[in-house]
Amino acid sequence: MKRHSFLFMALILALSLALAACSGGGGKSGEESSGDGTTLEFWTFNELHEQFYQHMAERWNEQNPDRKITLKANVYPYDDMHNKLLVALQSGTGAPDLADVELNKFPNFLKGTPQLVPLNDIVEPELDNLVKSRLDIYAKDGNYYGIDFHVGASVIYYNKELLDQAGVNPDDIKTWDDFAAAGKKVLEATGKPMTTVELNDMWSIWPQVAQAPGSDDLQTADGKPNLTSDVVVKPLAFQQDLVKQGIAVPAPGGGHHAEEYYGFMNDGGAASVWMPMWYMGRFTDYMPDLKGKIVIKPMPAWNAGEPRSAGMGGTGTVITTTSKNQDLAKAFLAFAKLSREGNIEIWKFLGFDPLRSDVWDAPELREPNKFTDYFGEDIFDVLLEVKDEIEGVIVNEQTPPISDAFRTSVLVRILQDGEDPVKVLEETQSQIQ
Amino acid sequence: MTHPVPTTERQTAVRRSPLRRLAYSQTAAPWLFVLPFILSFALFFAYPVLSAVNMSFQEVLPGQVRYIGLENYRGLWNPTFRKALMNSTEYTVFTLLVLIPLPLVLAVFLNSKLMVLRNFFRSTLFIPALTSVVVAGTVFRLAFGELEGSLMNTFVTALGFEPQKWLRHEGLAMFTLVVLATWRWMGINILYFLAGLQNIPRELYESAEIDGATAWDRFIRITLPLLKPITIYVLTISIYGGYAMFTESYMLWAGNRSPNDIGLTIVGYLYRNGLEQNNLGLGSAVGIALLVITFTVTMIQLKLTGMFRRED
Repeated sequence: MKRHSFLFMALILALSLALAACSGGGGKSGEESSGDGTTLEFWTFNELHEQFYQHMAERWNEQNPDRKITLKANVYPYDDMHNKLLVALQSGTGAPDLADVELNKFPNFLKGTPQLVPLNDIVEPELDNLVKSRLDIYAKDGNYYGIDFHVGASVIYYNKELLDQAGVNPDDIKTWDDFAAAGKKVLEATGKPMTTVELNDMWSIWPQVAQAPGSDDLQTADGKPNLTSDVVVKPLAFQQDLVKQGIAVPAPGGGHHAEEYYGFMNDGGAASVWMPMWYMGRFTDYMPDLKGKIVIKPMPAWNAGEPRSAGMGGTGTVITTTSKNQDLAKAFLAFAKLSREGNIEIWKFLGFDPLRSDVWDAPELREPNKFTDYFGEDIFDVLLEVKDEIEGVIVNEQTPPISDAFRTSVLVRILQDGEDPVKVLEETQSQIQ
Repeated sequence: MTHPVPTTERQTAVRRSPLRRLAYSQTAAPWLFVLPFILSFALFFAYPVLSAVNMSFQEVLPGQVRYIGLENYRGLWNPTFRKALMNSTEYTVFTLLVLIPLPLVLAVFLNSKLMVLRNFFRSTLFIPALTSVVVAGTVFRLAFGELEGSLMNTFVTALGFEPQKWLRHEGLAMFTLVVLATWRWMGINILYFLAGLQNIPRELYESAEIDGATAWDRFIRITLPLLKPITIYVLTISIYGGYAMFTESYMLWAGNRSPNDIGLTIVGYLYRNGLEQNNLGLGSAVGIALLVITFTVTMIQLKLTGMFRRED
């Protein structure tokens, strides 16, 4: 009897081990593209990115029958994926071959000795066709570590219906002063604010800071916090002034990605919003009632003739040093994201403004899709117009603490509580240093 | 420590395998049976704690780990950490003030034979504990939204007040957190108190009644004192639960960032530094600080409530 129970226990133990091994294996396998070839593992936090890469893997296999790949892609939640990847790279085991890293998280991966493969040999030959400022944000010490999906050029989306009611022509708004004056008209005529500003994210303040001429933005070109300079103080004071006059209101829900904001905007709550190009998807998906009423224009400039856009946000695909197939991964990444073909697919598949500026006037980009249905056919005319005015941003190890400070306190104190911008920024600057 | 083997066993001893001998050995067998626990404790508890202590003295960067002495702890004493500490402490105090007396009283009602629909209330009050806090947090975020049409604003405007920005105002945000905690933990605490109540002998109430004690007297002089052990237990886990709170705040603000950090907790601060800014050294220091704080508070509490005194 006793012997039996002991054997039974041992059996259970063995079984549970076997089961654990099974579930371990089962959890790991994600979706696999058909066909044999070298397996490349890819992590992302966005299902659309996964679909895009699977699509590109199929095309790659058609064109490279001797170097076929099987892309094993896993989609994790945003924070989970970045944390997992960070820990895997820290410990040196378990990282995939390729991974998507979002711009706000990217500096974390550049700390210390980056555990990522420099991509210079695939980037440099194409440099003339690419928007270079979008590569610099993923670079450290002259090495490029990530390749983005898009330029993220910031533009302004006007609600034509509200502007018409106030008799404002969006093409007459050249500078931010014009914008404020037009906003006053809109407010008087419709009783609605001209725009909304974000309190918990950077998309209202960062483009305005980055579009100023010169290379300084939230940090100086050599990487020092730059919060007390005019480049930062002026836009915040401008936004505060708009809020005080009622021309702008803090975005309901705190930002332009809040459910409350989508509802507010969809009901014609405000006459405009400046956001990057990739925000088009939010309009088509979350604000269906504005279809046909939105026009896309270049952002106003601080002074006539100054830059009218800045590249915002992004996700860089990286290759890890633990990958056993680095060369193949690089070749595939170059095909998917740097080639002309890949860039056209990025627009078709994801609706992003692709990194190669030489495809912006390609006929494929004029083919009808859900974005042209919503915004009209001339989306890329705006982009071509500001092509040489897309300012870059400085992203480095200090970016996460600075953006944390903005997203938690600076914007709230200045735009909601009405505190003096200079005082708030001086305090924040001293805390960050 | 060998004991004489009984005669019946001795006859079969020849056939015993070494494995079997191990299972019957009086010295080895106990170790064998606690081994799974010891292993899992060492692997999943002792090792991470010791490793965190070690890391709290390091600067941990990919490919570059070095000791920096007390630098992490020195960096800890900043306004943001103090804010997180204050928030966690306030949250703990308020949840204790609500989540001890209220469930206790409700448990007494639910335990009473006079209560109608007892089982219905018991289960409905318990359901929130089974709900995922991720789902609940999202629902609360929308219910406490700032637009006029949100659930809470509909209530307060019906009562004649102005609509509020619940999650942007310091006091209201804390109120929301406490409401969420109350909603979520009420059922669990009621369950504890119900278990405690059912252990109180019926005779005590009967004899008290014969002696002419009122319901209030019986509650104060019998129920409360006899519930003391369970109350102390609930108090202890609630203190820890309060200081360790993170998910609720994370879900309510859809991320780890609340305006002016009104919802930042100690664990939120740990998460922000350790993972969001890839500074695992500082993150570990925050974790150790949290351990020290909860340990101290719990010890003081147990001392004050007389847990260390010997029973008479």
